[in-house]
Amino acid sequence: MLSRIAASLLFLLLTITTALAGVDDIKAIQAKGVLVVGVKADYRPWGFIDPSGAFVGMEIDMANEIAKRLGVRLEMVPVTTANRIEFLRQGRIDLILATMSDTPARRQAAAVIDPPYYAGGTNILARKSMNFHRWQDLRGRRVCGLQGAYYNRPVAENWGAIIVAFPGVPEAYIDLLAGNCDAFVQDSSLIASTLVSDSAKWADFEMPMETFGEQAWVMAVSAANRDGTFAAFLSRLSVEWHRTGHLIELEKNWGIPPSPFLKTMHEKS
Amino acid sequence: MNGVWEWFAWLNQAHGINLPVFYDSYDRQRFFAGLLTTLELSALSVVASVVIGLIGAWLLGTSSIIARRLVHGYVHAFRNTPPLIQLSFLYFAVGNLLPRLEGVGGSSRPLLDGFAWAVITLSLFGGSFNVEIFRSGIEAVPASTVEAAESLGFGRWRLYRHVVLPLALRICLPALSNNLVNLVKTSTLAYAIGVPELLYVSAQVWSDTMNVREMMNLLLVAYVGIVGVLSFGLRRLETALRVPGLGTVGGRI
Repeated sequence: MLSRIAASLLFLLLTITTALAGVDDIKAIQAKGVLVVGVKADYRPWGFIDPSGAFVGMEIDMANEIAKRLGVRLEMVPVTTANRIEFLRQGRIDLILATMSDTPARRQAAAVIDPPYYAGGTNILARKSMNFHRWQDLRGRRVCGLQGAYYNRPVAENWGAIIVAFPGVPEAYIDLLAGNCDAFVQDSSLIASTLVSDSAKWADFEMPMETFGEQAWVMAVSAANRDGTFAAFLSRLSVEWHRTGHLIELEKNWGIPPSPFLKTMHEKS
Repeated sequence: MNGVWEWFAWLNQAHGINLPVFYDSYDRQRFFAGLLTTLELSALSVVASVVIGLIGAWLLGTSSIIARRLVHGYVHAFRNTPPLIQLSFLYFAVGNLLPRLEGVGGSSRPLLDGFAWAVITLSLFGGSFNVEIFRSGIEAVPASTVEAAESLGFGRWRLYRHVVLPLALRICLPALSNNLVNLVKTSTLAYAIGVPELLYVSAQVWSDTMNVREMMNLLLVAYVGIVGVLSFGLRRLETALRVPGLGTVGGRI
């Protein structure tokens, strides 16, 4: 009888301590000695693999700084859109820093860090010789796009572009390179990625317009650690990065065309 | 007309059946433009494929071996390859090799746009099946009838036009109707080269508003309607063309 009470008390104590231990996850990471971050391996220039096989990119630089501040070693795990939240859930990674767009469904599945560290939007890929400067210049022009994209309708409705949407990116690129359409409307980060990755093929192209709309990218930690110290730390760090303009610096170093979002965040803080 | 559109808006609010292609002016305009494009695509390719079929079947009866080989080659090429691949090949590969026209503001336009290539591809695709269908009809014309006409002094062309073709057409009309109905449905493949036909436009609408179920039902009704009109017309043609004594079962149905 007594042993049973003792056993249940011990069990209760263990449960409470493990629950409390989840709250101070920075301590847990420091005890481990390593911060495991999920990054992209195929998305130039945010997260990709250089010729020597090492992970490099704007997000890798950010991850390195986080690890330095915590005083731990950094370990990077390549993730894809399909598996990054699953890895976080399983505890295989402590943090997602992998071009993840902010959506309500993802906010449910993981603890998203506010403020976002980057935001792309809608822009176009067009030949420099076309001399496009404002969105109004697209009136009556054929603009390639992807079928089902959310920005096709605003571009067509607001600025009178004729959207020719293809099922996939390769078909749209063929059409653009052949000159069958005058521009390709797409997410600005994808366009930046294309221009940086394949600079020889796209040497005559540019991303001329003012990016509109905002598709925020966020870091995320496990949903269980939503109120933990790590999430709070990352949030404060993001605010600091915006205030000091550090993210704008990183953006420039990696050759990414300047985004209005980072400019606004820096000016606001 | 506004009352009709407003009824659809009420339908969405009251019962959650969301059909913005009726109550939203932008979606309505592009949906009906898509419907019109599908109708144009279907009509042009049906007519052109029948013409190609007639010419091809005629050429199969000539004494020139080159002409016969050409037609056989054409039929093999377009019957044995999937229409989607034909569309992509003709638009992307062949289209880029053709000379270009002057476009807006110093750019260049392709000689043939997506719609033109879709009509060409569908006509050639449907035409290749039609050649074989017409050939089956021609071969079903009794040899004795042809000999009788030849002995009366009919030349090849007059024989084809006044004796063989009328009989052949009546015999192969069911198979031809089949193929033309299939051709209308195949027109949906034009989405792959960016032609704004009905399926393409519907897909864009349901991506924007997440009303897949309603749009799918609407598409079903639309295609059943379009195909229904065509097959009804063809059946009327069959009845009108019926000749007593030609065909064993056909006359009695």
